[in-house]
Amino acid sequence: MEEKLISKVPEGPLAEKWTKHKAAIKVVSPANKRKLDIIVIGTGLGGASAAASLGELGYNVKIFCISDSPRRAHSIAAQGGINAAKNYQNDNDSVYRLFYDTIKGGDYRSREANVYRLAEVSNLIIDQCVAQGVPFARDYGGLLDNRSFGGAQVSRTFYARGQTGQQLLLGAYASLNRQIAKGSVKSYPRHEMLDLVVIDGEARGIIARNLETGAIERFGAHAVVIASGGYGNVYFLSTNAMNSNGSAAWQCYKKGAFFANPCFAQIHPTCIPVHGDQQSKLTLMSESLRNDGRIWVPKKMEDVKKLRAKQIKASQIPEEDRDYYLERRYPAFGNLVPRDVASRAAKERCDAGYGVNETGLAVFLDFSTAIKRLGKDVITARYGNLFQMYEKITAVNPYEEPMMIYPAIHYTMGGIWVDYNLQTTIPGLYAIGEANFSDHGGNRLGASALMQGLADGYFILPYTIGDYLSSKIQAPKVDTSHPAFEQAEKEIKDRINKLFGIKGKETVDFYHKKLGHIMWEYVGMARNKAGLEKAIVEIQKLRKEFWSDVYVPGENGEFNQELEKALRLADFMEIGELMARDALNREESCGGHFREEMQTEEGETKRDDENFMYVSVWEYKGEQAPVLHKEDLKFEFVKPSTRNYKD
Amino acid sequence: MNFTLKVWRQKNAKDKGHFETYKVENISPDTSFLEMMDILNEQLIREGNSPVALNKGCHGSGPVAFDHDCREGICGMCSLYINGHPHGPDSEITTCQLHMRKFKDGETITIEPWRSAGFPVIKDLVVNRGAFDQILQAGGFVSVNTGGAQDANAILIPKKNADESMDAASCVGCGACVATCKNGSAMLFVAARVSSLALLPQGKVEAARRAKSMVAKMDELGFGACTNTQACQMECPKGITVSHIARLNREFLCAKLKD
Repeated sequence: MEEKLISKVPEGPLAEKWTKHKAAIKVVSPANKRKLDIIVIGTGLGGASAAASLGELGYNVKIFCISDSPRRAHSIAAQGGINAAKNYQNDNDSVYRLFYDTIKGGDYRSREANVYRLAEVSNLIIDQCVAQGVPFARDYGGLLDNRSFGGAQVSRTFYARGQTGQQLLLGAYASLNRQIAKGSVKSYPRHEMLDLVVIDGEARGIIARNLETGAIERFGAHAVVIASGGYGNVYFLSTNAMNSNGSAAWQCYKKGAFFANPCFAQIHPTCIPVHGDQQSKLTLMSESLRNDGRIWVPKKMEDVKKLRAKQIKASQIPEEDRDYYLERRYPAFGNLVPRDVASRAAKERCDAGYGVNETGLAVFLDFSTAIKRLGKDVITARYGNLFQMYEKITAVNPYEEPMMIYPAIHYTMGGIWVDYNLQTTIPGLYAIGEANFSDHGGNRLGASALMQGLADGYFILPYTIGDYLSSKIQAPKVDTSHPAFEQAEKEIKDRINKLFGIKGKETVDFYHKKLGHIMWEYVGMARNKAGLEKAIVEIQKLRKEFWSDVYVPGENGEFNQELEKALRLADFMEIGELMARDALNREESCGGHFREEMQTEEGETKRDDENFMYVSVWEYKGEQAPVLHKEDLKFEFVKPSTRNYKD
Repeated sequence: MNFTLKVWRQKNAKDKGHFETYKVENISPDTSFLEMMDILNEQLIREGNSPVALNKGCHGSGPVAFDHDCREGICGMCSLYINGHPHGPDSEITTCQLHMRKFKDGETITIEPWRSAGFPVIKDLVVNRGAFDQILQAGGFVSVNTGGAQDANAILIPKKNADESMDAASCVGCGACVATCKNGSAMLFVAARVSSLALLPQGKVEAARRAKSMVAKMDELGFGACTNTQACQMECPKGITVSHIARLNREFLCAKLKD
């Protein structure tokens, strides 16, 4: 293993690793914690929970977010739920089963030890959230209720209607507010990190832009934590919030942090289909709907044609003429197969010509069977707000006609490479939640993102960061007049001036949409060698056009949303290129990464464990091509097998 | 569909501000309101503002600044006052969930920021809602540190209470209640948090302190008093009712009586 890529996973039995590791790492005394500064970037589940917990421990924390309040972070939009191995349903769930489902769901491209630890701390998260007053769904006995999510055969998902992310984030945000009131955390809303400052090889601060005034500001600290989420908006249309971006993580990469598995992006099967080219974003319909909804397209092409011509409604197609293709292909898991499998199956049917809307890119998600079985009231209680949301957007009543859905970009499993301590290749720089790569391999299971964000923030980082900071107790406050800060600030100001100086013809969104088209076409649900090579060339061409013909109105010293977008898009184009490179290198199909050259006769993914059982880790080399490093994945406790959701 | 837009333009907090009138054309009825705003902005950027601006002397104002993020009705970032209603004419949605099919072709649409002493304008349609964070920092939490919580199922909560707590907790903190209130009161926002926690055993211990300090902070920050007009309930995108204000008043009175 290469020197920089030492995972620091402790030896010993799987179930004892974390306990053993916690005992071995150093701690910082309360008196010394007061002397140490930590910067946290992002206020989603990872960032908010980490900042609150670190503040409670006594560190001085500064937390930054791009929105007007920490509560707006995109974790708020997670709908369905959060997994935990509580086994409250007595359905034979366990820490091991949650670990196994997650590592299998990720198509054996994640670290055993990290995933096991995630499953291990999952139960603590539920306890913590309930203690904070998160109003999870309960049954009439007053106990917590559960439901099922894709890739699992047990009911282990805790939920708060279709607003679980909101409630968990408001819990973490409340804990954060308590620390802000106490003065242990200082909050910087409407601030965007534009660069990482590295001094003597260690992370020592950031440069941020005050989005309200345009001021470029310096902040020093003994450690920096990146919790800025994923880079799904590379595709322009995604379920991510409009302002979600990969820039903070990307600046770390350019300052020397290695970037892992960039091509692993998750395409969520149940989103409201694209309606036209005026669209700005795609809306997710929670995976929880697949508990009771059945996915189908017509069996007969004549019905498809009539549907598209609006001559018949879906509800008029008789039962025997419907192809419930997930139930047909994957009897054991049925409609609850993992997301990558469900997405590809929808694409397969639509590519075969059975798509049910005008664009031919939609399938049905039907509740009629469930409404007959359970009654409308039960369905309303379970999914009322999702049904309302669907009707507001599409003007179709899903109680009467099935929903139309199609896959869309939703989450990125790839991210900044971290070791078992969640530390990146730059000492003092940590990455948590979606921003890192560590737990989901090639595909994330539903209701596991919330689990990972909170696991990292509440229960892992607050322990592991002490191991590094214990060596800094004598270190003075970081001096932000250091040349490294000067240099970073100058580079940012130059970059901003360059953007304003172009004064070209096209808008930022024009280029972003073009990038999105390239990415969706060639680095989307199905990828091949020729297409990926083409994508790299096209993106490079687009970058040149952007830097010579974009128009950014206004000036830096004001609230300027076009400038914000331009800076983020400049990074998205570079991220997109790295994603294509990584996808080109990975000549196997696994999880959400489907290489057309590598599929079984039935069209399922074909993994190549002999040649690709590794994390691909990229190192930035300036204008030259990035260098690929490999972290080999060793499976000591589970045997990688072909993922089977059929029986 | 074609529309005439009367949009509030204000360079910064100190600027007086004024309306400008624009036209947008060929808008699909399935386009969302904010996507229509995106189209307007593309136009304003591309055409350097002048060809589409109908008002004299408003050239070069640039794209319209407006807050938005998730565009699925949950982050609470979007905040437009449309034809005299926060979040526009439809009920129980945020602006980002509003679609152009809810308007008539050819209609003139007036778009303003939240107007309230508690929410100073930053630029155009963007306001500063930092006061909401400050109110919650005054007591909108359960004082529990990370770690050491008891088993989640050890706390039994009647389903009815959990559901009602969830009703209140669905507040997205958008500020529509304040914007629509003639007194600029933040009572519904404060009540939603106080009520949500007061309904749960975890929040009971600090209930009195919470109600008092959050109300005091609200008063301190310049929000007005509640005179029961119930406008807030009418405009809340999450359907939060004034029954939670009644619970806040009860909590507050009980707390004061114990003083």
